[in-house]
Amino acid sequence: MLQRVLEFTDALRDAGIPVAVSESIDALRTLDHVSLERQTAVREAFAATLVKSGPQRAAFDTLFDLYFGTGRRPDFLDQRDAGDKPATAEQLLDELRDALAGTDPSAMSDIARRAVAQLGRLGSSSREWYSNYEVLRALDLTGLLARMDAELPDDLSDLERRLIRDELERRARAFRDAVLRETRRRVAEHRGAQAVASYAVKPLPENLNFLSATADMAELRRAVRPLARKLATRVAMKRRRATRGHVDLRRTVRHSLSTGGVPMDPVLRHRAPHRPELFVLCDVSGSVSRFARFALMLTHALAAQFSRVRSFAFVDTIDEVTRFFEHEDFVAAIDRMNDEALVVSDDGHSDYGTVFERFLENYGSDVGPKTTLLVLGDARTNYRSRKAWALKELADKVRHAYWLNPEPTYDWDTGDSAASEYAALVDDMVEVRNLRQLEDFIATRL
Amino acid sequence: MSASRGPGRRFAGIDEVTQRLESAGYLSDDAIATVVHLADRLNKPLLVEGPAGVGKTELAKAVAATLDFPLIRLQCYEGVDETKALYEWNYKKQLLRIQAGQGAGWEELSEDIFSEPFLLERPILKAIRSAEPCVLLIDEIDKLDFEAEALLLEVLSDWQITIPEMGTLHAKELPFVVLTSNNERELSEALKRRCLYLYLDYPSAEREKQIVLQRVPAINETLAEQVVRVVKSIRELELKKAPSIAETLDWASTLLHLSITTLDAEAIRRTMPVLLKFQSDIAKAKEHLKITPEK
Repeated sequence: MLQRVLEFTDALRDAGIPVAVSESIDALRTLDHVSLERQTAVREAFAATLVKSGPQRAAFDTLFDLYFGTGRRPDFLDQRDAGDKPATAEQLLDELRDALAGTDPSAMSDIARRAVAQLGRLGSSSREWYSNYEVLRALDLTGLLARMDAELPDDLSDLERRLIRDELERRARAFRDAVLRETRRRVAEHRGAQAVASYAVKPLPENLNFLSATADMAELRRAVRPLARKLATRVAMKRRRATRGHVDLRRTVRHSLSTGGVPMDPVLRHRAPHRPELFVLCDVSGSVSRFARFALMLTHALAAQFSRVRSFAFVDTIDEVTRFFEHEDFVAAIDRMNDEALVVSDDGHSDYGTVFERFLENYGSDVGPKTTLLVLGDARTNYRSRKAWALKELADKVRHAYWLNPEPTYDWDTGDSAASEYAALVDDMVEVRNLRQLEDFIATRL
Repeated sequence: MSASRGPGRRFAGIDEVTQRLESAGYLSDDAIATVVHLADRLNKPLLVEGPAGVGKTELAKAVAATLDFPLIRLQCYEGVDETKALYEWNYKKQLLRIQAGQGAGWEELSEDIFSEPFLLERPILKAIRSAEPCVLLIDEIDKLDFEAEALLLEVLSDWQITIPEMGTLHAKELPFVVLTSNNERELSEALKRRCLYLYLDYPSAEREKQIVLQRVPAINETLAEQVVRVVKSIRELELKKAPSIAETLDWASTLLHLSITTLDAEAIRRTMPVLLKFQSDIAKAKEHLKITPEK
């Protein structure tokens, strides 16, 4: 058991969940108080000691299934499968139809198990492999849902229809998950848990690369929101003890005790936190389109958190987009922005020089010593004039200027990148390719 | 020194936790019961995280109620420091003492004014010094400044508070500690390592229905089920603020007060503001549920 738990914690670490030694000791200690017979209790006990944030739970569950849901020998599976009546895809689909309409979750996992056994097997007996794609290809789940939907009685209200449809989709999702779990379990049975663990776990949202296509946008958006809030408060609040201003009488008297009641050091009240304006300049050109999605997401989240944000989008010219982000819905905001904002005037390649120059021209009088400037972009100028003087002038006017660059540092200054030249002008230019880096930036640099 | 430092035995087992929480009016599930059981046995604080209104604070109250312990609550907000969380010297009293003792030597005086009678208890010190075991609820710890979090570490791992002028105070009876967080900021690793972690999410449809039936007893089962189905469907949307259990309950009792016995489009449209608090969310939900009035 000890060995298994240690392997398990190693796998968790590989998946990006930091497990301290004291935490794995705690996990082992829980086994004194929880019966090993109760798998759900063991799972929750381990989760309570090893997992320390909500988003990590999915990865934990996947790995727990692999390490503790398995461990029997493959012939056990064969024996159990032998007890099942062979069924065709149609028959399984019929059963699944009843399970989707009903409420019994165990029926669904049973169908998932049999479906994987009968439809998902690939390869020969010596190199056995299972695939959830095979199962889902054989079972036409989407078609089934459509048929079930069409068969709903006509006199149902739209509302009722919608509720039923939502429920069916939820259960279908649960079935897909069950198939995936069962597939992994079987492969792990044949190949060992480690082999599956290495590919089964989805990256945690904070490690997702903005530039990768697989990033789940909704998930990313959820993760960005608290960060935007953090960013906004960090920019707003730099509480330092005041060196001049009003005396805080209560604390002065409190402090005077160490000098026998004589107030030697007046303690001053905290000054009201500085309320900055945030100007976000966001590159939305094709070369950074995926990053732009994130950048806009961040801008949108910032606008929701923080009343004094003005956002600008640019490609080869710049336009203010603040008004679109007042719209609550992100997708709608982006649609309107694409329709109405003027960000391309030439050929649709980013032109940082012109952008800074135009920004200075049109909005230069709006920025001042209270402004914090945030540029989001890759600093690739397409070999056009860099006009660093315009950025310098801007950076001199504002309180702080930061630049978040989605390119890895080693790519800076290659080709048409003007990263270093611009970096020298702003307070800080940092590589931000995933949420973890953004968080680091907020925590340490701001 | 401390009286009872052995493992807690306040609950016999996981099933007993479930039962006793239920009799205190709190419907738990496997995860909740297991973690409460472990927090008791391992004497570890329990960190409960999750969206607003899923019953994090309620859990602490329910534990206090089943164990028949007093509940000591520290509500966190930005700017809480040791004088609000741990202890403070009663400086007015100290000043009076100094003035009354004019002429006395400083040595003697300083020993006197930094002693227990001059100490003002704040929630955490109160929990530590309490002669009876208690439940200490540190609510919305994510509102606490990052720096202030460190104040809690000594208490949470060693059940003691060190007061520079006086020395170290150990817990007389180990309190059952519950910390809650809405996840507005990431808590420090150090804090998380010392706690058992429980992520409370929105409940399953079945459990939520039971909660509605329990908390709004006058409601009939069909209506409760409809309520939960609608709420569940709304939570699938991406909203500014998804409806919490608390709002589900409010909605259920609103329907009851309006004598609505079956949910139809009209009823939902009229009472939607109880469930959703943003105009944009309401519009989105109406669109999704297809209950926008015909134009």
